[in-house]
Amino acid sequence: MPVQYTSIVDEHEAVRGRVGLFDISHMGRLTFDGPGVLDWLERLTTNQVSRLADGQIQYSLMTNDRGGVIDDILVYRQPFAYLVVCNASNRLPVVARLEAGRGKADGRMQDRTLDTAMIAVQGPRAIETLQPLFDQPLAPVKYYHLTTGRLLGRIDAIASRTGYTGEDGFELIVAKDSAVSVWEALLDSGRAHGIAPCGLGARDTLRLEAAMPLYGHELGEETDPFSAGLGWAVKLDKGEFAGRDVLVGRKAAPPLTRIGLALGGKRIARQGSLVLSGQREIGLVTSGTFSPTLQQSIAMAMVAPGSAPIDAEIAVDVRGHRESARVVKLPFYKRTASATAT
Amino acid sequence: MDPQSLRYTDTHEWVALEGDVATVGISKFAVEQLSDLTMIELPAVGTHLTAGKTCGEIESVKSVGDLYAPLDGEVTEVNTRVADNLQLLSDDPFGAGWLIKMKVSDPSAVAKLMDHSAYERKIADEAH
Repeated sequence: MPVQYTSIVDEHEAVRGRVGLFDISHMGRLTFDGPGVLDWLERLTTNQVSRLADGQIQYSLMTNDRGGVIDDILVYRQPFAYLVVCNASNRLPVVARLEAGRGKADGRMQDRTLDTAMIAVQGPRAIETLQPLFDQPLAPVKYYHLTTGRLLGRIDAIASRTGYTGEDGFELIVAKDSAVSVWEALLDSGRAHGIAPCGLGARDTLRLEAAMPLYGHELGEETDPFSAGLGWAVKLDKGEFAGRDVLVGRKAAPPLTRIGLALGGKRIARQGSLVLSGQREIGLVTSGTFSPTLQQSIAMAMVAPGSAPIDAEIAVDVRGHRESARVVKLPFYKRTASATAT
Repeated sequence: MDPQSLRYTDTHEWVALEGDVATVGISKFAVEQLSDLTMIELPAVGTHLTAGKTCGEIESVKSVGDLYAPLDGEVTEVNTRVADNLQLLSDDPFGAGWLIKMKVSDPSAVAKLMDHSAYERKIADEAH
């Protein structure tokens, strides 16, 4: 996946207004089957796998014994199998953690990352782009649900109504050898809708406007889910799981809070910039960019709890320049509700 | 400006020298690498510049870069239109997108900068 095909801003605008195509094959894809799999996953993830209905998908986290985040993942439930989609850079630690935490579970994990491909179709025209190529109805597929079907009459695919852009859209998983045919067919089908192939740069500006966390920025081995604002994906009452004992304390008193900042100037407050309230250092920027939608410099930061309430006027040190910033509600951007959004 | 007639720095500034006045900008290659420009900060008229030292900032969605003085001298004019409208720089980096003019202390120092063909070879290497 390149940083950009044409321009980050052009690609960003294609996704917000029309439709964009992302090759996200680098993401990790692990399948699980066998009678002990539910318990196995339950013990190593923070969300409650047993709440998943067939065909439903759940955002979840894997935490270490100190309550820090090993990765954020999606867990897909299918008949007789689960699928875990994890971050590319964390695939090997995730696999190692799952293997080490298997216990006596009767089940099998297969790393299918290298023999499959993953393509995201995102934007208000995603469904019009994908439906003509896909043999199952997509409109009834709810947000964070999946369906299986065939692309181009011959390519088996999982289509999930998920994404990392803040727009409606689908993510497709197909066999590796079909990836190029599917990519080209989608570009063809989307041409009338103004489709654009999109790179990592637009993926970052889109997820940041939608305030979705990115591993290595808002998430890491030393950050707990409650500080990152992801407490909703931690089900402390589901039973024992890795990191649970520590997380009970983090929920009561998270060491940090994730906040949104709208900067007064044009400078971008990138990761590591110091956040200041008066002269007091209250935290660090985790992600920053220029928001093409808001036409403004925006950032997310992790700060001491209570130090930066909504609408507070604070500042960020951007390479020695003190830049004014206002604390704003997250997300920075929310699409207008559609019938399928939950 | 004709890019062929300009001199270039390692850090992608271009220089057009007339007498002891240099017009300075950044190359099309640099603009394309940055893409999606969001901000530029240029030195004020009267600022004394030292060759190789930072004298401004150029930021894009992708990254932030420093602007380096190509030669020793003093800023005599700043293209304020570019600061207000970065599209000028994206569209015409060798023309309407020029950044500063400076009175150069030693015009002969321009000979130390790369000519067009040397610069072309350098960016061909960087692109790989």
